[in-house]
Amino acid sequence: MDIYKYLRKEKLPHIWCPGCGHGTILNSFVRAFDKSGLNQDKTVVISGIGCSGRATGYLNFDSLHTTHGRAIAFATGVKMANPELNVIVMTGDGDGAAIGGNHLIHAARRNIDLTVILFNNQIYGMTGGQFSPMTPEGANATTAPYGNIDRNFDLCQLTKAAGATFTARGATFNPRQLTNIIKKALLHKGFSFVESFTQCPVRYGKLNQTADPVDMLKLQKQKTADIKKWLQFSDEEKEIIYPLGVLNEEINPENEYTFRYQKIIEKTLEKGVL
Amino acid sequence: MTKTKVYKPQKRGILVQGDQAVVEGALAAGVEFFAGYPITPASEIAEGFARELPKVGGKFLQMEDEIAGMAAIVGASLAGKKAITATSGPGFSLKQENLGFAIMIEAPLVVVNVQRVGPSTGLPTSPSQGDVMQSRWGRNGDQPIIVLAPASVQECFDLSITAVNFSEKYRQPVILLLDEVIGHLREKIIIKKAEELDIWERKRPALNERRNNFNPYQETDDLIPPMPDYGSGFRYHASGLFHDQTGFPSGKNKTAKNLMDRLTKKITANLSEILLYEKDVRKEDQAAVLSFGSAVRTAISAVHTARKAGLKVGYFKLKTIWPFPEEEVAKLAEEVDTIIVPELNQGQLIGEVKKAAGCKADVIGINDYSGLLLKPEEIRSVLEEVL
Ligand SMILES: Cc1ncc(C[n+]2csc(CCOP(=O)(O)OP(=O)(O)O)c2C)c(N)n1
Repeated sequence: MDIYKYLRKEKLPHIWCPGCGHGTILNSFVRAFDKSGLNQDKTVVISGIGCSGRATGYLNFDSLHTTHGRAIAFATGVKMANPELNVIVMTGDGDGAAIGGNHLIHAARRNIDLTVILFNNQIYGMTGGQFSPMTPEGANATTAPYGNIDRNFDLCQLTKAAGATFTARGATFNPRQLTNIIKKALLHKGFSFVESFTQCPVRYGKLNQTADPVDMLKLQKQKTADIKKWLQFSDEEKEIIYPLGVLNEEINPENEYTFRYQKIIEKTLEKGVL
Repeated sequence: MTKTKVYKPQKRGILVQGDQAVVEGALAAGVEFFAGYPITPASEIAEGFARELPKVGGKFLQMEDEIAGMAAIVGASLAGKKAITATSGPGFSLKQENLGFAIMIEAPLVVVNVQRVGPSTGLPTSPSQGDVMQSRWGRNGDQPIIVLAPASVQECFDLSITAVNFSEKYRQPVILLLDEVIGHLREKIIIKKAEELDIWERKRPALNERRNNFNPYQETDDLIPPMPDYGSGFRYHASGLFHDQTGFPSGKNKTAKNLMDRLTKKITANLSEILLYEKDVRKEDQAAVLSFGSAVRTAISAVHTARKAGLKVGYFKLKTIWPFPEEEVAKLAEEVDTIIVPELNQGQLIGEVKKAAGCKADVIGINDYSGLLLKPEEIRSVLEEVL
């Protein structure tokens, strides 16, 4: 597999810190893209602002590095304007769940054919370690020096409830699974949402006694379980362990937003109104 | 696949609101995409596009807010469509960050702002010209912008076409600045047939440049880089960070300055085409009324009756308010002793008039910011005082 054709090699090395998991997600993405068989020239990758937002600059596709939180709204415009394009959004937990949370739920509600990959490092990495809507309760952050009292989202449940027809969760300790998940998401017709845990040893780990990236990966493994196993857990275990894998998938391409709008176009044309 | 029909306007006269004339003009100019969020007094524009766009194979999106509407039209523009959004004061404020992004990445698109009285929710159904400065400076940083202000329903149609044309030619977001009265007023307008219209398209690079180290932000002689459609194989990057000719971020101060200079110059080098105004100032005139938007109607009416009464007064009507026609107003200040500037705000454009006029003419403002239109008599009485 020639994964380098999907990368802008001249832009490497990337800006991410040593030990950061974002590169692992990027790696899984390019492998998944290769396996998907999609056309590289007909694919647009779009990101917001944050460490995650820099991913699109390394990818050899049409790419758009937008404003903080708004990538999904830009992507909605690209996809509606030309539904033949594969449109992929890369976002962070602050970018996608805080400032951009409303766009996330509305894109899910429309079930528009976008693939959103959310890099969840549970912290605002780029701005130096402030808490995000995905920071666990009790964890430390520069803006939660006495422990975070905000509760965090379950983004897969949130997007599913909002109408996403594909939701999945992966983690950087298991890049093979993540690759498989992303491939399925790319091929899904409708709104697909992939959350991936990713470690941030520098901004999150240091404040939370896990400055070693290997420890962070081990912790990821402890706090997650494959969905098949997870379903067997007790309710108490389910509360503290996150399921990994494809969590929800509804196959109905005719329920997709651009498809449905095309039906409106055809209806007005049939009537011959002008 | 999705392109189903090319819209060809037929010559006809119709009685419509300004908001609807904007829709007609945009369609005639080739707009195929609208995304926005409802707000008085601009909702009729969204409704018009919702009705008309699918008929021509175009797309209408009602987004979750104005921020998203602005973002979506940038996306559509990059995908190769002529795109537009419409809003009013509070929504216009929400659009600013992404409008700044559009200016930075040079996305052709049009933002219609049908002004209402502010600040805040203000007076939603009353006219105002309170967003003159927000149009110019509402985003962070220096930047070029083109703002066109129609004074009649016919001009809503005509300037809607011009706005789309300018945006395409200069790769530059253009603001079409109406106000509640112009947006809701009904007048008869003449729609020109397709063959009589001059419709411009953005410059696209030749497809054989695709693998040739294509620079999406290259410095061409005309200062306007050719723009590929997403999905046409160029695989290019666009970012709101300062970028060099490759489109990739650069933290170099020299690169930042270069880009700022080019963005500015692509507009200032073309002022003769961009600055639209009408001037009726006779040799003997000692005063002129300078106005834009709905204030033009009051101004011209006042000037006509004053002239009948023998007063030596002319008018200068701006259709392009930004960039501001500094030289033209400086010249006007040499021709008359007094320039009167009626505005539906506490005095916004008047500051530019004073700057341009220097000490060559007295500049007097007449202002109403209560949600009412100015009356011709208010201008007339000032004229009588100064003449
Ligand atoms: C409108 C706006 N507000 C705030 C910022 C500052 N900012 C930049 S990145 C960021 C947080 C990013 O966090 P996240 O999305 O979790 O991504 P990460 O850097 O952790 O990958 C913030 C708050 C901004 N650029 N724009």
